[in-house]
Amino acid sequence: MTNNSIQNIDSPIDPEGSQGELEEWWRYFTFNKDHKVIGIQYLVTAFIFFLIAGFMAMVIRGELITPESDLVDRPLYNGLFTMHATLMIFLWIVPSLVGLANFLVPLMIGAKDMAFPFLNALSFWMVPPAGILLLSSFLLPAGTAQAGWWSYPPLSTQNPSGYLLNGQLFWCLSVVFLGISSIMAAVNFVTTIIRLRAPGMIFFRMPIFIWSVFSAQLLQLIFLPSLTGGVLLLLCDLSLGTNFFQPDRGGDPMLYQHMFWFYSHPTVYVWALPAFGIFSEIIPAFSRNPLFGYRSVAMATLALAFVSSIVWVHHLFASGTPEWMRILFMFTSELAAVPTGIKVFAWTATVWRGKLHMTTPMLFALGGVVMFLFGGITGVMLGAMPFDLHVNNTYFIVGHFHYIVYNTITLAMFGGLYFWFPKITGRMYNEGWGKIHFWLTFIGANLTFFPMIPLGLQGMVRRVASYEPQYQFWNVVASLGAFLLGVSILPFIANVVISWLQGTKAPNNPWFATGLEWKISSPPPKENFDEIPTVTAPPYSYGKPKTWASSPTTEG
Amino acid sequence: MENIFGSFRQLRRSRIQGRGGGKPEDDRGKVLFGVLAFMMSESLVFMSFITAYIGLRLSTSPWQPPGVSGPKLSSETIITSVVLLSSSLVIYLAERALKRRKVNRFRWLWATTTAMGAYFLYGEVKDWLSEDFSLSTGAIGGTFYIITGFHGLHVFVGMLLQTIMLFRSFIRGNYDKGHYGVTAVSWFWHFVDAIWVIVFSIFFLWR
Repeated sequence: MTNNSIQNIDSPIDPEGSQGELEEWWRYFTFNKDHKVIGIQYLVTAFIFFLIAGFMAMVIRGELITPESDLVDRPLYNGLFTMHATLMIFLWIVPSLVGLANFLVPLMIGAKDMAFPFLNALSFWMVPPAGILLLSSFLLPAGTAQAGWWSYPPLSTQNPSGYLLNGQLFWCLSVVFLGISSIMAAVNFVTTIIRLRAPGMIFFRMPIFIWSVFSAQLLQLIFLPSLTGGVLLLLCDLSLGTNFFQPDRGGDPMLYQHMFWFYSHPTVYVWALPAFGIFSEIIPAFSRNPLFGYRSVAMATLALAFVSSIVWVHHLFASGTPEWMRILFMFTSELAAVPTGIKVFAWTATVWRGKLHMTTPMLFALGGVVMFLFGGITGVMLGAMPFDLHVNNTYFIVGHFHYIVYNTITLAMFGGLYFWFPKITGRMYNEGWGKIHFWLTFIGANLTFFPMIPLGLQGMVRRVASYEPQYQFWNVVASLGAFLLGVSILPFIANVVISWLQGTKAPNNPWFATGLEWKISSPPPKENFDEIPTVTAPPYSYGKPKTWASSPTTEG
Repeated sequence: MENIFGSFRQLRRSRIQGRGGGKPEDDRGKVLFGVLAFMMSESLVFMSFITAYIGLRLSTSPWQPPGVSGPKLSSETIITSVVLLSSSLVIYLAERALKRRKVNRFRWLWATTTAMGAYFLYGEVKDWLSEDFSLSTGAIGGTFYIITGFHGLHVFVGMLLQTIMLFRSFIRGNYDKGHYGVTAVSWFWHFVDAIWVIVFSIFFLWR
């Protein structure tokens, strides 16, 4: 099989075929309106930014191996952690999940494309310019933005260099661009999921991935305007001389913190919900069990989206917030543990007495769930206001946050990429290299982010280039782990590139999974469905041989 | 390919017809839903600005720095506001004319709406030039000019969309059965007008 495909690539007997292949390849660089092409464009672009931001993390960890500030100078260090976070959040997590959703949502609900294909292409093509604009601030005379990814004023509006074109301005413009792009994408996703479902695809027959994308994009639609508005006002303060956040001239810096976190707490669920959706697709498929409590998981997804919108003040516990407000938001914050608990319970119950297949996607999903449990528990600890005040501004927060964003969301992303790789590319990936990738990632991620928990409890503050020598042991462990994590990407890249070019041709449904996307060829034909299917049963009907969804077609 | 979708057909016979689901064939409904979703998001940008203004105004004292009297409620402001608000009625009449397939009537009513929007923008710029405070005067300057300016930008975008729709009305047969682009632009225009009621009240009526 492999030899055959290599021969086909090397000897273009059919001139028309090679012409078609060239067009196939070239369309990824054009303003293409096919949701599958846009999905891949998003994924590849986001992955490039992931590599760049990951390299910045390596430099940061390299600096932190020794207590002294010796590898990079302090302004550059500040710029690096600011850019690392901004790139990872706005240019890796958000666009990569949007990319996967772009590819999958129309296939999973039985639609021919997204609701607004032109708008879809437009929202993608705003991402690379915004990313390049952000990165180009390294070339400015005064360097990049240095106020952290939250860019609190008055620190962020200082502009000590005095240049009109400064890193902070580029940061603001880039975030506003990405915000507009994301709002357009959210309009598209919500409309698609509401209006374009195939006949019979009632809400309670949608896969959990669709539920989670729907909830996440609804959050984008409602809360992203707050951040975009806040950053626009910051931009005005920085460059036009207004005084929204200038305390000495009638403004209020706390206002920015509220506007920022009013979006930026729900945004964590914009990233996490699709990750939970990926877990909910992978775990039933490789446990051969229906998803436990499908309706509860669907409702928990919506509930989580709702709860996430009323907890933002827990980021301001230490910012002079009134006592009654802190108590109130402590309660709402802890409430988030209930729907997440329902989800973790459902995944565990799905695995229970299942027939487990430990493939690469399943390993990533199970690893992600286990580490999410750890990240979630540290989150419950942080939600308790007295404890939060104790570890405020320490590495405990950094550790907790990375357990969520890397060890849960990025692992889910990798799991999802492996799971749908046959569908996206039409080729199988290499299972052995996939497993090596998983174990390197799992060990590396824990080595990197676990040490931050004891470091934070001992009192090491975050965002520093130098620290007390007593913290060195755990810092060395974290740095070595980070380098291992850097190495762990290499087998993934090699696997994806080689498998895409010359992997075994994938059947329509290599995993014998349910879901409409597995009913069509791999990769899907241009219009997705020859005939729009009619859905008659709920998803995840594993182990019920009589329903339509569990009789996969394996021939291509 | 036959095999794959054969099973669907079989099931359709054996089970109940798939009921529920979306309405993929309804293009008008899809576009108007998208426009509604977008306007909801857009109204929240305004809400974030307006909340910022109200928060700042309640927490800052004195709100008006010495020598500043704040936005003036002149008769011209009232006239331009009335013109903008009544343009909502004109655009509704234009839409109704199109529904009754009176395309020429639609064209001149539609163009009148655009002209009324232009008059509003002219009045707004004139009002800006007559104020005794600038963008950088305390918190009052930034909030006033950014919020009214952002609203003005929306009026301008609405006028652009109206112009596009007007040009499209000259494509033969384009509007024979009415067109949902016209409905969408008309909704956007009502939305912009409704926002102005709020912006006008918080700046000119809140003393």
